[in-house]
Amino acid sequence: MKILVPVKQVEILDEDFEIHDDGRRVDSDYIEHELNEWDDYSWETALQLMEKHEGAVEAIPMTVGPDGADDVLRKCLAKGGERAIRVWDDAMEGSDPIAIARVIAAVAKREDVKLVLAGTQSTDHGYGQTGIATAALLGWPHVAVVSELDYTPGSEKATVRRELEGGVEEEIEVPLPAVLTIQLGINEPRYASLRGIKQAKSKEIEEVSPQDLGIPANEIGEAGSAARVRRMYVPERGKAELIVGTPAEQAKRLIEIVNELKGA
Amino acid sequence: MADILVISEQRRGVLSPVVSEAIGAARELAAQKSGKVLVAVVGNDPSAFTPQLSLAGVDEIIEVALNTPEFQSDIYEEAVLALINERKPAVVLLPHSIDSLGYAPALAVKGNFGFTTDVFGVRYEGDDLVAARQAYQEKAHVELDFPGKSTVVLTVRGGSFKAPEEAGSPSVTAFAAPATAGRTTHVAFHDPEASAGEDLTAAEFILSIGRGVADEDNVAQFEELAAALNFSLGCSRPIADNGWLPKYRQVGQSGKTVSACKVYIAMGISGSVQHLAGMKHVPNIIAINKDPEASILSVARYGIVGDMFEIANELRSQLS
Repeated sequence: MKILVPVKQVEILDEDFEIHDDGRRVDSDYIEHELNEWDDYSWETALQLMEKHEGAVEAIPMTVGPDGADDVLRKCLAKGGERAIRVWDDAMEGSDPIAIARVIAAVAKREDVKLVLAGTQSTDHGYGQTGIATAALLGWPHVAVVSELDYTPGSEKATVRRELEGGVEEEIEVPLPAVLTIQLGINEPRYASLRGIKQAKSKEIEEVSPQDLGIPANEIGEAGSAARVRRMYVPERGKAELIVGTPAEQAKRLIEIVNELKGA
Repeated sequence: MADILVISEQRRGVLSPVVSEAIGAARELAAQKSGKVLVAVVGNDPSAFTPQLSLAGVDEIIEVALNTPEFQSDIYEEAVLALINERKPAVVLLPHSIDSLGYAPALAVKGNFGFTTDVFGVRYEGDDLVAARQAYQEKAHVELDFPGKSTVVLTVRGGSFKAPEEAGSPSVTAFAAPATAGRTTHVAFHDPEASAGEDLTAAEFILSIGRGVADEDNVAQFEELAAALNFSLGCSRPIADNGWLPKYRQVGQSGKTVSACKVYIAMGISGSVQHLAGMKHVPNIIAINKDPEASILSVARYGIVGDMFEIANELRSQLS
């Protein structure tokens, strides 16, 4: 069986970032990219299933993004897996998580996967929408914020734990095919070996367009989105009163402050 | 006319406080468009929560009885979808929570609604509904609109809106949700390991450590420091995930909200949105971080930009 792991190349801002002249996004000169932290855990979850059930499970990472997004797929492939899928077309610009989910759902159908393991949310926008929207588009059962997963290939269901508030967990049985969104801490993501990084360079990344997947133009980009960015701005940020001096002086002042506050 | 519908949320008999806050937000929106505030109380015994949610400004409480003792995504999704389709509200507000993460996106897809999550501000600009949320770990804020959508579903961030304090006298009606079979099965709740009587939500003075600790062997010196200060010890998520401190010491969205805290010292914590959710309300935050741009310094009252180990050593020697 196949497991699809949609990963996101998230944006990291430089310290001195500026908003683009259109007032709706950060100027790309100030953006760097990396693999979304949550997706490191969802990919590790898939790899562990693949290794535990060698030959019975294939884990496939995919992403929605332009050429540069190959980097995050290579990062996944450096740890394991044989192939990846990247979907893009300039018409994807302006897509919100719902529009992105249409692409992921189409790939899940094409690949006939049994399980989609998505990150719970992303470090840059933190919408927390993509995985569960994908489930709805596929019509599959779903569980969000999964902190434990127990599955045996061939079984018709998985047993998961959903992380609730304050450290409480809920154990749930979910029939397959299903979409799960994975929470941080479900495992300890491995580091890629130098050999793995080298091998990943020659692994296949299939490039697909939304058209190839049969997705109509009005279902992606702004037209296919549930929300549109109207304005982006830098909020007024509070500034802490800085305690300066040598560490000894700083510590002394901190103790004074704590004593004042405790007395108040 | 534009009605605003609030969807309740509860877990094991306890109502989420964000529901009342969402009612506060709904009231302001409804006033802008002379609409009504409708509150759907969803659960297996909805009437139990009706008195708590009969707040000033609520026009109608709709009791939606479900055949599930606890949250189940399919059953909630179908019930709320049917209710929206019948009442056709302009805006639907839910708490931004573990449960809404589990069904609100599916609801939005199925109803083809406008949708966004984790909203801390919402208003009408003319006829356009505008919702505000964060991006890039609070470094930017974003305003979203929802062109062409007659119903918009929003999940609202806790602590962003003021709950009405006065009671009201709404009418109470019932809505018969369609019978839905939940596809997932609840097996059990698992409570976290006992906290040996220590409850961070009741602690007034907390010293919390984060990724800056770097190594499990370094944790002990901060336990000593917390004891020397007579502070409780807390931590951010990575420390609990690594098993360096027990989960009950974790502060943040998926850990504890330190409601009673008066002084919070954050050492080596950059201040992710998730961590801030549990502590940014504390009146006196003292942050020690090597990064002058760390988000924690924007919510702190006092800051030290420097090496947490150097400061900790000094503190320990001066306190002994």
